[in-house]
Amino acid sequence: MDTRVFGGTSQAGAAQSSEAIGISLVINGRRRDFVIEPWVTLLDLLREQEHLTGTKKGCDHGQCGACTVLVDGKRINSCLALAVARDGAQVTTIEGLACEGLAEGHGLHPLQQAFVDHDALQCGYCTPGQICSAQGLINEGHARSRDEVRESMSGNLCRCGAYTNIAAAVMEVLEKADTR
Amino acid sequence: MTSPTRTTARIGDPLNRVDGVAKVTGQARYAAEHPVEGLLYGWVVSSGITKGRIVRIHDEGARALPEVVEVMTHTNRPQLPPFDHSYTDAVSVPGSPFRALYDEKALFNGQPIAVVIAGTLETARYAASLIDVEYESESHNTDFAVALTSQFVPNDKRSTFEPPQSRGDAHAAYDAAPLKVAADFHVPAYYHNPMEMHASTVVWEGNGRITVYDKTQGPQNVQAYLAAVFGFSPEHVRVKNPYVGGAFGSGLRPQYQVYLATLAAKMLERSVRVVLTRQQMFSHVHRPETVQTVALATDTSGRLQAIINDAATSTSRFEDYMETVCDWGLMNYACENASAKYTIARVDTYTSGDMRAPGAATGMTLFELAVDEMAYAASVDPLQFRLINYSDKNAMDGTPFTSKALREACAQGAEKFGWSRRTPAPRSMRDGRELVGWGVATGIWDALFEKTSAHAKLLPNGDLEVATAASDIGTGTYTVMAQVAADTLGLPIEKVTATLGDSALPKSTVEGGSKLAASAGAAVQHVCRGVAEKLLVAADQLEGQPLGGARMEDVTFAQGRIALKSDATRSISFGDAMSAAGLDTIEVEDSPAWHSGGSSQTRKSRNTHNAIFAEVKVDEELCVVRVTRIVIAVAAGRIINPKTARSQILGGVVMGIGMALHEETATDHRLGRVMNHNFAEYHIPAHADIQDIEVIFVDEPDPEVTPLGVKGVGEIGIVGTAAAVVNAIYHATGKRVHSLPVTIDKLLV
Repeated sequence: MDTRVFGGTSQAGAAQSSEAIGISLVINGRRRDFVIEPWVTLLDLLREQEHLTGTKKGCDHGQCGACTVLVDGKRINSCLALAVARDGAQVTTIEGLACEGLAEGHGLHPLQQAFVDHDALQCGYCTPGQICSAQGLINEGHARSRDEVRESMSGNLCRCGAYTNIAAAVMEVLEKADTR
Repeated sequence: MTSPTRTTARIGDPLNRVDGVAKVTGQARYAAEHPVEGLLYGWVVSSGITKGRIVRIHDEGARALPEVVEVMTHTNRPQLPPFDHSYTDAVSVPGSPFRALYDEKALFNGQPIAVVIAGTLETARYAASLIDVEYESESHNTDFAVALTSQFVPNDKRSTFEPPQSRGDAHAAYDAAPLKVAADFHVPAYYHNPMEMHASTVVWEGNGRITVYDKTQGPQNVQAYLAAVFGFSPEHVRVKNPYVGGAFGSGLRPQYQVYLATLAAKMLERSVRVVLTRQQMFSHVHRPETVQTVALATDTSGRLQAIINDAATSTSRFEDYMETVCDWGLMNYACENASAKYTIARVDTYTSGDMRAPGAATGMTLFELAVDEMAYAASVDPLQFRLINYSDKNAMDGTPFTSKALREACAQGAEKFGWSRRTPAPRSMRDGRELVGWGVATGIWDALFEKTSAHAKLLPNGDLEVATAASDIGTGTYTVMAQVAADTLGLPIEKVTATLGDSALPKSTVEGGSKLAASAGAAVQHVCRGVAEKLLVAADQLEGQPLGGARMEDVTFAQGRIALKSDATRSISFGDAMSAAGLDTIEVEDSPAWHSGGSSQTRKSRNTHNAIFAEVKVDEELCVVRVTRIVIAVAAGRIINPKTARSQILGGVVMGIGMALHEETATDHRLGRVMNHNFAEYHIPAHADIQDIEVIFVDEPDPEVTPLGVKGVGEIGIVGTAAAVVNAIYHATGKRVHSLPVTIDKLLV
């Protein structure tokens, strides 16, 4: 438990000591143990405690998809997930996808490379969520056509309007995966 | 050493974004993501009333939580300066800038009235929910239609604003003309809604120094603002924004979260982070609500005889925001009689402000809806109508353009789209159960330039660093800087590091108005040329002078070497030249001289143009509209990087589709509150809404417009796009809708 002292009070505080719950997660392949209050979201756990800020907060209400991560291979909005409810889960964030790419001998995960090549991003803030969502879409194995990709990616908003390039990047990776 | 196998990057190459890898791997850190030891979290409490005063803030419940460090309100905040001038910024507008927590007054719904500061985000959020506020309400008005009864022209106008110029006698010509149309148009307020919510991390460095990671489009603007408001020496305030998660104008002026985070840091002498909620993103700057009356008249052949173009936009009770709404139509069309009137009207909201192509995204779009109606009234093809009434000069003030390739844009766009296959009658094209509509519109925006400084540093191994205090809000500024630098010194892109987003760097203009590629690009080219000149001087120190005392015009810079144009075998590496002169580095910091004004006789208009073609499919029974195809042809001078520039245009088009079909601010005027203040109810385009978009850059060489011949592309993509879509909806359905967005209910009536 984090017991750094702020302003004479413990960050953990009285509430935490009575209500905090011990969990463990495997985040990007590494087991991590936490003692956390039940109201901490997976998103805030990743960003504020693990400093894995690649996962973004764009609305905190499950409406924009910027916080999309893979939990046991499935894409979820991490802002809507309480961390304690995911005890024992395998969590992959954008930082972990890069590692997967590196393990395969590439600099980047194929989706990451395709996003760069197709300029499927501008400000980059929705990008980690788009990429994790796309990996989830590939894992699901339902979407094949560009229309299906567009439909199935519609939970991930992009205010810069990179949608056509994102669809092109996802299609490129989908088609390569199909021909393998 | 420079790898000879790598090729020199050139202006015009479609290179990948240089910051792309940082963004796709999650390594790019935005304003709320910089780790700080001992950080406190501030949570903003928003006013529940629209107008009146705060009688009492009950914060006992919040303060009872042991992790809560402070509840900052107007009653206990640190001292603040009394006069308005301390709160102005580089892009503020006339009036009294908003000061959060200054006193007990409530000026708009959602106004920040307290900040709860705690050791964890969760505690701050929970404690904020425990705060109870007693108010004394006064009557308010947020209804723009009501406010319009007291619309006015302010005496003190924004410095960048010039009133539209009328010509001839438009009203008499309108009355006399055989064919005419007139309509009142309306667009709602729009909220920028960048995906990253406004956030600031203020690092309390001690000794009166702070470092601020802020979501802003101008770190030096925020630096000067914070210094003036909070009494810091400017050199003790360092503002950084290396990555900005979109802004679209919302980060031009310092937003209240940076003010609050700094106020809290000063109060507690601690590091503080404040992140707004998505709901709170609807409590500050927005594109003004706009009404526009357009009346057009032609002769029987479709030649414009009269243009009347009056508009009004909303502003707050405390500042007078104005934008250029009426000019665009008057500039773009040849017509001897034109009049325009522009006014503003006050509502009890936060001050409206610049949003992507301010004034043009609304004013030109609505004008282009009227143009389509006029073309139909005159029985002229809408594209042909625009060519019949084409103006080679700025039709409003008579000045020539430095360049205007709109005719070419119309031709190339029409060709690519297949416009010639269009049948003109509404409801005449169909695809199964869907009606098909094809619409066209044109757009115009300014090509701006502002003096910007840059720094360049070359190492003997050919590594080059270029820097300026610019911002990259997704616009591709890093890439533009690196690419221009690589082109100037003949280096591969990998050898160049571009740095921006730091107030300590050489002075740069804010990222806005589509001017940064031209401005920062020219600055980078200028200092890199300075480096090249110093390299050549250094080369002369080499024994035997292999370049024979050549001058700049006699040599080329490529692959880390200086070579004679006349004999490429005679060359010197950068490293050899530098070591001959005993130099470890070559550094230049400067800004280019450029005079874009000129005397009144030589004054020219500097603008970008576009032609947009849209295809919609409309379900005949359900009236669901899909935008299935867009072709946009853009005339924007020289394109530094077609790949990133194309993305800028795509972004503008997508936002324009949002204007046409989705975006709308719904206010409950009894409460004075935006009711759809979230992404579930304030609709922006999603993946499924966006199908094929084709971007064409029309060749438009223009050495006169800016030093690099660059005009900027950040805004031109949105101008007119919504009009092309709505005109296509008319073509599909035969229904004219004058109030955006075109939602299903408006087509079902």
